[in-house]
Amino acid sequence: MASNTEALKTADGISLKVSLQRSLRRKKRNALLLVAPLFLFILVTFLFPIFDMLIRGVDNKITQEILPTTVVALAKWDPASGQLPDEDIFKAFTVDGQVAAKAKTISRLGKRLNYEKSGFSSLFRKTGRQLKKFDPEKMTTSYKENLISIDKKWGKVETGSLIHRESGRYTKSYYLTAFDLTQNSEGNIEWKDADSSIYIDLFKRTLWLSCLITFLTILFGYPIAYLLATLKAKTSNLLMILVLLPFWTSLLVRTSAWIALLQKEGVINDTLVAIGIIGDESRLSMIHNSTGTLIAMTHILLPFMILPLFSVMKTINPSYVRAARSMGATGFTAFRRVYFPNTIAGIGAGGILVFILSIGFYITPALVGGVDGTMISNFIAYHISTSLNWGLAAALGAILLSLVLVLYILYDKLVGIDNMKLG
Amino acid sequence: MTENNSDYLVRFENVQKSYDGELLVVKDLNLNMAKGEFLTMLGPSGSGKTTCLMMLAGFEPATHGEIYLDNVPINRVPPHKRGIGMVFQSYALFPHMTIGENLAFPLEVRKMGKSERDKKVKIALDMVQLGAFADRRPSQLSGGQQQRVAVARSLVFDPDVVLMDEPLGALDKNLREQMQYEIKHIHERLGVTVLYVTHDQSEALTMSDRVAVFDAGIIQQLAPPDVLYEKPENAFVADFIGDNNCLIGIVTEESENSCVVQTPDGSNIKANKVNIAGKGQKSTLSIRPERVIINPEVGQVPNIFKAKALELIYLGDHIRTRMQVCGNDEFYVKIPNTSHIADLNEGDEVSIGWNEYDCRALDAP
Repeated sequence: MASNTEALKTADGISLKVSLQRSLRRKKRNALLLVAPLFLFILVTFLFPIFDMLIRGVDNKITQEILPTTVVALAKWDPASGQLPDEDIFKAFTVDGQVAAKAKTISRLGKRLNYEKSGFSSLFRKTGRQLKKFDPEKMTTSYKENLISIDKKWGKVETGSLIHRESGRYTKSYYLTAFDLTQNSEGNIEWKDADSSIYIDLFKRTLWLSCLITFLTILFGYPIAYLLATLKAKTSNLLMILVLLPFWTSLLVRTSAWIALLQKEGVINDTLVAIGIIGDESRLSMIHNSTGTLIAMTHILLPFMILPLFSVMKTINPSYVRAARSMGATGFTAFRRVYFPNTIAGIGAGGILVFILSIGFYITPALVGGVDGTMISNFIAYHISTSLNWGLAAALGAILLSLVLVLYILYDKLVGIDNMKLG
Repeated sequence: MTENNSDYLVRFENVQKSYDGELLVVKDLNLNMAKGEFLTMLGPSGSGKTTCLMMLAGFEPATHGEIYLDNVPINRVPPHKRGIGMVFQSYALFPHMTIGENLAFPLEVRKMGKSERDKKVKIALDMVQLGAFADRRPSQLSGGQQQRVAVARSLVFDPDVVLMDEPLGALDKNLREQMQYEIKHIHERLGVTVLYVTHDQSEALTMSDRVAVFDAGIIQQLAPPDVLYEKPENAFVADFIGDNNCLIGIVTEESENSCVVQTPDGSNIKANKVNIAGKGQKSTLSIRPERVIINPEVGQVPNIFKAKALELIYLGDHIRTRMQVCGNDEFYVKIPNTSHIADLNEGDEVSIGWNEYDCRALDAP
């Protein structure tokens, strides 16, 4: 008999481990082939865009591309000295600017730097126009004075220091903006003025609304899920269809229905006026503000809370509560001490699902949110499609992503992701 | 009422129960349980036994009638005020609490102090030999251990009555038998009153002081295990408890204690008159397989018939033999495995017989 420490062998003397691996190889290859199409699809349409977005949030190669020699020359200059850059730097800028003006790319850089300080867009457009006509052979003054004569801003240290600051391959400015921070001319980071800071408030509001929506879905969803889990199969199936019904109608339709219901001339206001509870002049404004967002999103996200709760409650043996009651617990104590703790996994799963969905919700706040009901995702969409500041959109998106990840990790630490049951 | 009912701890009086208003699940139940008694409700599924248990525990209201606990009518008392311990088939241990917390739960809701609580929990766990498991979760215990914990938990708060709803149903055979004795011993030691529900007759016979055999919402017979087996009152009980041979025939003669029943093939069987409708009526004869004598001497027993062995099943200590007798070929005879009589082959014709006393003439189905 071979001892246990000796490597086991098959009948033909091949090591058992090798043999096992061989026999499993085919299985593994098949599994890989089955996953491959979806994996490729996700790689191309999901992971790669996310990676690209993360890059965009810090990417700043535009300055180096448009002003290649200026960037090299600027590296030697110290903006803290308070002195204007040397003549050769102005010369490098004039040469780069002429090339860029002819290629019509100089205004793109202007637009990029305008994110940092307003006025740069027009400065670069103006300078570009002049540089196109500029002929160094006919120049009577220095490059420095020539540029200053085009626009007085070229004679200021701040102009140079901003280009100097933003001449790197990467920038932190998008992230600073996303946190309502700014860099002053000395390069120190400071808070923006209260009237121009919007994103922190927006993040706060998004988080607050999401928390509120999550709480409301728990409040409304818990009793329904309990009913679903405890009713007879026939009745509970019917109720389940009612819960699932919203999934079969378009999100847009559901949101529009809320507009019809909640608006000033809508069903609810009309009814209240007709009954005489409120006067015609004091109609409630329940839409195009955060109330509208709250109502519509709670309704839309409710099934995502009910389903995980239901699936957890379905597994809770009804004899738990009976046992607790027989041991002397009142109905409420039995619920609090025995039933409720067993549903926490469902609350956690539903809560994290609803929270993550609502933190990035877009259509509903856009339609019913008005001004104070919009969320961060609406601003991301705005920067992507309207203001075309993709860098800022990317930074905001990345912050949102990391926020969700942090919450996910927190949840894992507190409740344990293994306890999550989604169905 | 003629007898003095106030001596009983639990009384069901004319209790009826219907779930849908059309069908009575429990029909006019009258049942008294003495203090310290181990009473088992035995019956096939759907016979109403669990419903009775649930009514006593307070989870189902009685549709009609009254249930008394210690002479107090409890129909309107909520379950948590009844002070009845309960063991469920699914154990119903709270999965989010440790074993110790599970046992402490009934004491906690009774606002018992911590030190006293810990002491009682320890005693209860030691009683089921699980003292070392207090900090484990139910899921870390085997089925048998979980069931022990469930028993301990139902007893830890010293209830007057403990209800057990098929508590051993989920265990395998060996463990079930071991647990039967364990529960029986705990009952003897503590003197607690136990109402036990099962569909397993051997469980009922092993453990109980008295067994109530349920069928179709009615107690068919309420008696100690030996009486139930030896003297079944009707055909259902005879057939449900233990192995049984049924012969159906017409009563042709009737005297004070005995009668003669003629089977369709013309055999006249002398039987012990127990529960027959009268002369000329159908009756079911019940004969236990082990009471049949192979090759009896003439005159040894009043009933002797020719029989043909159709099938022999070897079961170790005895041989179960299917025979054709009196026109019935589903007649089983238990032949003890002692060398001289076991010498029987399939197809052999033998004479078999039985005593008049062992053949009970009961109601016809």
